[in-house]
Amino acid sequence: MGAVVGTLTMQTKQRRPSTDKADDDLEMTMVCHRPEGLDQLEAQTNFSKRELQVLYRGFKNECPSGVVNEDTFKQIYSQFFPHGDASTYAHYLFNAFDSAHTGSIKFEDFVTALSILLRGSVQEKLQWTFNLYDINRDGYINKEEMTDIVRAIYDMMGKYTYPVLKTDAPKQHVDAFFQKMDKNRDGVVTLDEFILSCQEDENIMRSLQLFENVI
Amino acid sequence: MAAGVATWLPFARAAAVGWLPLAKKTMPKPPVDNSSRSDEILYVNVSGVRFQTWKNTLDRYPDTLLGSSEKEFFYNEDTQEYFFDRDPEMFRHILNFYRTGKLHYPRHECIQAFDEELAFYGIVPEIIGDCCMEEYRDRKKENQERLAEDTEANEATDAPLPPHSTSRERLWRAFENPHTSTMALVFYYVTGFFIAVSVIANVVETVPCRPPKGRVKDLPCGEKYQLAFFCMDTACVLIFTFEYLMRLFAAPSRCKFMRSVMSVIDVVAIMPYYIGLVMPENEDVSGAFVTLRVFRVFRIFKFSRHSQGLRILGYTLKSCASELGFLLFSLTMAIIIFATVMFYAEKGTKGSTFTSIPASFWYTIVTMTTLGYGDMVPNTIAGKIFGSICSLSGVLVIALPVPVIVSNFSRIYHQNQRADKMRAQQKVRLARIRMAKKGTTNAFLQYKEDRALGVRATHRGQVLTSETPNKTKDPDSDNTALCVKNRSAFEHQHHHLLHCLEKTTNHEFTDEMTYSELCMTESVGFRTSRSTSLSSQQGVQNNSTGCCPRRARRRAAMRLANSTVSVSRGSVQELDTLHIKTTSIASQNRSSLNAQASDLKLNCGEPDFTAAIISIPTPPANSPDESLPSSPAPIPGILRNTRARAFTHETVKISSL
Repeated sequence: MGAVVGTLTMQTKQRRPSTDKADDDLEMTMVCHRPEGLDQLEAQTNFSKRELQVLYRGFKNECPSGVVNEDTFKQIYSQFFPHGDASTYAHYLFNAFDSAHTGSIKFEDFVTALSILLRGSVQEKLQWTFNLYDINRDGYINKEEMTDIVRAIYDMMGKYTYPVLKTDAPKQHVDAFFQKMDKNRDGVVTLDEFILSCQEDENIMRSLQLFENVI
Repeated sequence: MAAGVATWLPFARAAAVGWLPLAKKTMPKPPVDNSSRSDEILYVNVSGVRFQTWKNTLDRYPDTLLGSSEKEFFYNEDTQEYFFDRDPEMFRHILNFYRTGKLHYPRHECIQAFDEELAFYGIVPEIIGDCCMEEYRDRKKENQERLAEDTEANEATDAPLPPHSTSRERLWRAFENPHTSTMALVFYYVTGFFIAVSVIANVVETVPCRPPKGRVKDLPCGEKYQLAFFCMDTACVLIFTFEYLMRLFAAPSRCKFMRSVMSVIDVVAIMPYYIGLVMPENEDVSGAFVTLRVFRVFRIFKFSRHSQGLRILGYTLKSCASELGFLLFSLTMAIIIFATVMFYAEKGTKGSTFTSIPASFWYTIVTMTTLGYGDMVPNTIAGKIFGSICSLSGVLVIALPVPVIVSNFSRIYHQNQRADKMRAQQKVRLARIRMAKKGTTNAFLQYKEDRALGVRATHRGQVLTSETPNKTKDPDSDNTALCVKNRSAFEHQHHHLLHCLEKTTNHEFTDEMTYSELCMTESVGFRTSRSTSLSSQQGVQNNSTGCCPRRARRRAAMRLANSTVSVSRGSVQELDTLHIKTTSIASQNRSSLNAQASDLKLNCGEPDFTAAIISIPTPPANSPDESLPSSPAPIPGILRNTRARAFTHETVKISSL
C-alpha cells in the first residue's frame, strides 16, 4: 500500500486546453493531468482507498490523459442510451461535474461529484441536483431552465416509446413539477423551496437511497 | 457496447440522481449485486508464459472464452491458475484486446493461425481495429484466393473421373484438360497445327508471287494458287467448325459457354468463310467481303487456349484497363492541345499541310512519340517553336517517365480500390453498429419481459399450488430465476438505469415495429381494453407442457405491452418461431450456452432472443408439431407483434417439448 501511495503522490501538471478545436486533439495527447495523492482524495471524499483505486483505473483506461473533455463525455454517456439522443443532458451533466468551469473534468472533479451522489447526505444530493437544474447558476430555477432539462431527459428516450411521445409532454411535466415545488408561486424555485418540497415527498426520499451500492 | 464504457456505468447510474425530483413514478429497485466486489488478479498460464490480469478486465467481454465461465474448464486447481495449451505470442494480442478494447492483427503472423486462435478464444474477427483491419482483410483474401487456386488446380487436372460420367462429361473434360487422355492430346495438337497453318496461309497468300506466263505485274500468291489456298482454308474451317460444335455439345452450360470469350473468338474466326460462301460473287459487296477476311486473323487468338502465357497477358491487360485508359486520356488531351496550337500557328502559310486540326493530330502524335516521319513540317517560326515544344514535351510525357507513370497508376489504382474498400467496410461497420444498438435495445426489452414474466410466474405459482401438483410450478420459478441470473451484472445494472429513465418520464421503450403499429392504431382508434381480458384468458389456459405456458405468457406479456388490434388482418393464425442465435456480436452470456444442454426446456434467458411471429392465413396448427406451436386460443384478428432481427448467424430452433 505504501508503494502505491508513493507512486500516486505526484505533482499535478496542468495546461490550459486550447480553444481551437483542430488543435484540441493534439492538445489532448499532450495535456497530462495527474490527480492528487490517494490519501488526500480519500480525505476529501467518502470513498475508501480501494474504491478510489478501482475508480481511477477505469477513469485512466478511458482517458489516459487524465482529463475528460465535453465531447468524450457526451460520447461516453450516449453509449448508455442508444435509443435516443443523450448529448443535451450530457452537456448539462458536464457543466454540473465541472464545478470549476475549466472545460474539462479531472479525476478529482469526477470523484467529488460521485462522492456526493453516492455517499453524500440527502441535503448534499439535493443541492447537487439543484445545481444541475440551475443552468445559469443564478440561484433560481425558472421555467425555461426546467423545460430545457426536462426536454433533454425526454430526448434520451428516443422516438420509439409507449405511449407515443407527445410534443407537449415536457411542458406538462414541467408544469407539474412547478406545481409541486414552487411554494410561493413566484415563478422560480429557490434552493430552500426545492429541498423542502423534496423532503416532503416520500418517493423522492426513498429513491435517493437507491444508488448507494453502485460502487 | 465498448468495454471501457462498463467502467463508467457507476457514473451514469450516479448521474441518474438528477432525474429523481422529476420522476412521476417510483423508481424500480436496483439489482442485487451478489458478485464479490473486490477485484482480484487472475493468473493465466499459456504454454508456460504466465500472464496476470484483473478479473474485471476479462469480464468486459462476457461472450468470449476468457470472459465467460468457459474458462473454468481450463482452471488448474493445483497451481491456482488457468492453463491454456496455445501459442503465447498470439495470446499477448488477445489479452491486449481485453485491456485496450482494440484487437490488433500482428503482421508477421500467419493469417490462418491468427484466425484459429480467435476462434478458440471466441473472439469475432470483425472487431479488429481500423488500424489493422485493412491488412487483415487483404491477407485473408489473398490466402483464400491462393487456397481456391490450389484446390481448383488439384481438382482440375489429375482427379479421376467420377465412375458413372456420361460421354458428354468425358468429352468436355477432354476438351478442358487435354492431358487426361491420349485422344484429347492428339486432338489438341491437331487443332493447334491447323491454327498455325491457317494463320500462315493468310499471311502467305498476300505475298507477291512470280506472275504466270503472259502477265507482267506481280501477283499475290493467293490469287495465283487460288484453288490451293481455298482448299486449305476450307479444311481449316471444317476442323474449327467441328471443334466448336463438339465443344458446344459437351459444354455443361451451353449459354455460359456461348458467352465466353473463347467461343466468341471461335465464331468470329470461322464466320467470314461461311459468309463468303453464302454471298454471291458480286462486285459491290466484295469490298465488304474483303473486310471480313481481316477477321480471319483472329484465329491467332485461338492460340490462347494453347498458351497459358497469352491468357495471363490478356488478363493483365484487362485488369490494368483503367490505368491504360487514363494514360490514353492524358495523351489525348496533350495531342488535342498541341494539334490546335500547331494548326493555328500554321494557318496562314501557303501550301501548308496542316489543313485542319484532325490533320494536325497526325503531326502531333508522330512528333510526341519522337517518330518524326517528316511528311508534315511546320514552316512558320511560331510553328517551329511550338513544334519543338511539342517534341520536347513528347519526350517528357511518353518516353522518360513511363516507369514513373506506371508506378503512379499502380498507386492511384490501389488508392481507388482502398477508397472503395473503405466505403464497403464503412457500410459493414455501420451495419454492425446498428446491430449492436439494436442488440442493446432488444436486450432491454427482453429484460423487461422477463421481469414481467417473473412477476407472473410467482403469481401463477401461487394460483396453481392449490389446483395441480407442484410439477409445473417449481421448474417455472426456477426457470425464471435462471433466466434472470444468466445475464451479466453489468447488464442488470444498465437495464435498471434504463428502467429508472422510463419511470422518470412515464413512458416506456419499445421497438420500431410496435411503435409504427401504435401510430397505426392511434389513427384507427381502437380500444385497448380487450387486452386485459386476453391476458387473464391466457393465464388460465395452460394445459401444454412446461414451456408452452412460458411462451403463452410471453405472448400475453407482449400483448399487454403492445395492445393493438389490427383490424385489417382478418382471422389469421399466429405462428411462433423462436430463434436462438449461436454466435453473436452483442453481449451474450456464454454460460447460458453451455447450460443449454441441461436447460433445453428453458429456451429463454438469452438476451438476444428473437421472437418472429409470422402470421399466415392457415387453420390452427396442431400442437404436437414441435416447430409450430400454436397459440392456445385462436383469436380472430390476432394481435400482431413482431420483434424480428436481422442477424444472419445460424439459428437453432429449440423444441418445445
